[in-house]
Amino acid sequence: MTVHTEMSVTVTDIELVADAIKQFTLERVDGQPMPAFAPGAHIVVSMMDAGRLRRNPYSLMSSPRDPWNFRISVLRVERSRGGSVFMHDVIAVGDTLTISQPVNLFPVDILARRNLFIAGGVGITPFIPMMEVLNEKGGVFELYYSIRSRSHGAFWSEMSALYPNRVKIAVGAEGYRFDYHELLINQPLGTHLYVCGPKLMLEHIFNIARDLGWAQENLHFELFLAPPSGSPFTAKLASSGKEIVVAEHQSLLESVEEAGVDAPFLCRAGACGQCETRVLASDGEIIHNDIFLTDEERKSGTKIMPCVSRFVGVGLTIEL
Amino acid sequence: MAIKSRPIYNGFDLEMPAQRHIFVLEGEGALALLEKVNPSHPMLGQSEILYSPVGSSHEQAIVKLNAANFFTAPSSEILLNRFAAILSTATMSTRLYAAGTEGFIGAAVNVAARYGVKSASIVKEHRGSLRRRVQCVHCKGFNSDITASPFHCEHCKLYLFVRDHFSTRLNAFQGVCVNAEEPHLFPEPVELYQ
Repeated sequence: MTVHTEMSVTVTDIELVADAIKQFTLERVDGQPMPAFAPGAHIVVSMMDAGRLRRNPYSLMSSPRDPWNFRISVLRVERSRGGSVFMHDVIAVGDTLTISQPVNLFPVDILARRNLFIAGGVGITPFIPMMEVLNEKGGVFELYYSIRSRSHGAFWSEMSALYPNRVKIAVGAEGYRFDYHELLINQPLGTHLYVCGPKLMLEHIFNIARDLGWAQENLHFELFLAPPSGSPFTAKLASSGKEIVVAEHQSLLESVEEAGVDAPFLCRAGACGQCETRVLASDGEIIHNDIFLTDEERKSGTKIMPCVSRFVGVGLTIEL
Repeated sequence: MAIKSRPIYNGFDLEMPAQRHIFVLEGEGALALLEKVNPSHPMLGQSEILYSPVGSSHEQAIVKLNAANFFTAPSSEILLNRFAAILSTATMSTRLYAAGTEGFIGAAVNVAARYGVKSASIVKEHRGSLRRRVQCVHCKGFNSDITASPFHCEHCKLYLFVRDHFSTRLNAFQGVCVNAEEPHLFPEPVELYQ
């Protein structure tokens, strides 16, 4: 089961690190050290946004060696369902937030002989602690970091200064793009590929890697898809005997939580599979927005990932 | 319910894309490839086949496949040395295939592991004898070509029951003394791994 031991933290610093990216420094309210984490881990931040509970995952970008604070970076996404705009416009230094324990769904493979990191935009964050730890241990890595413009991209100058020969930056506004086919075709055996960035970029890179013959075991990604909005729908929770209404800009999981039902989750982005729930009855169509279920499982209509997936129709009953 | 460490061999799937395919085949393992491919298959132009006959006679059939590269090794050990040399300069666009007895597949997996390849990334098919390489958990000695359980450890002479418990690192099943509490009893050996 998921361990949901939440902690209260105080926002001790906010810094605008790029055009639409703010970095938040969080310290525990009770003055205790932060829990240990390994590079690649994320936390889930709970926020009361206009009376509605939101829980968004953010990669930890602070040093795993520093037990006194966590740092995360948040890209402000206009016209999204919220969360990022709330973090940007409402949260101020001194405010209190609730965060989860760190969860790592994007760890560095310790047996890798070489690590290839590809970041797009705010997807740089998990690679910052990864590079720090690998650099200390003498691990081999390279970072390919794509940004829209120099003012839109965060931390590119710091990373270039820290690891001068191992960080390559492609600035879209300056007309430069990485040729991922060229990059992936000659990587030595034993290289692991890690991608964090927009979904299209991730799919593009993984398609190239698979076509070239990269082993599935060497491909790693982190993708924090915001739960898509959609028409409101009603769901019956069989085990807890409740009926809930999922609002337009709310996920099924968030609605379940609002009803006071403790459901399992880890990534809240349709990737990890932790929240997989059995569908007991449905008359309509499940909109599968996850990237976890297989095509057969989708077709069977017996499973749903409540963190991102929705339903159109009547009589959805799930086992929660 | 099989013990978790018992290796599973899913059989050859030749339809996965790659820039280069490397086959290591021991004995009857050659049939894993021969039964699935005909000489016109486009992947053969990007394939290297390393074959150790150990008594089998599939060399002519493999030659007819006209692969980009073919090497018949005088022993499995020499084959694996050649395999290691190839891997030392290979790229991620390479697909690896191993077929033969379990001991051979395990040895190939361990060679590939030295070059950062995970066992799950290797396409495997078990062919030929079921004989096992067994480590005595008491004296740590290895016993090759074990076909029956229990058997006498060739090093410490204890009478060992062969477990399905497999060590990937050691490439060996674990043999445990079967009559520790009643050392005068010797259960009849059963030929399980012919």
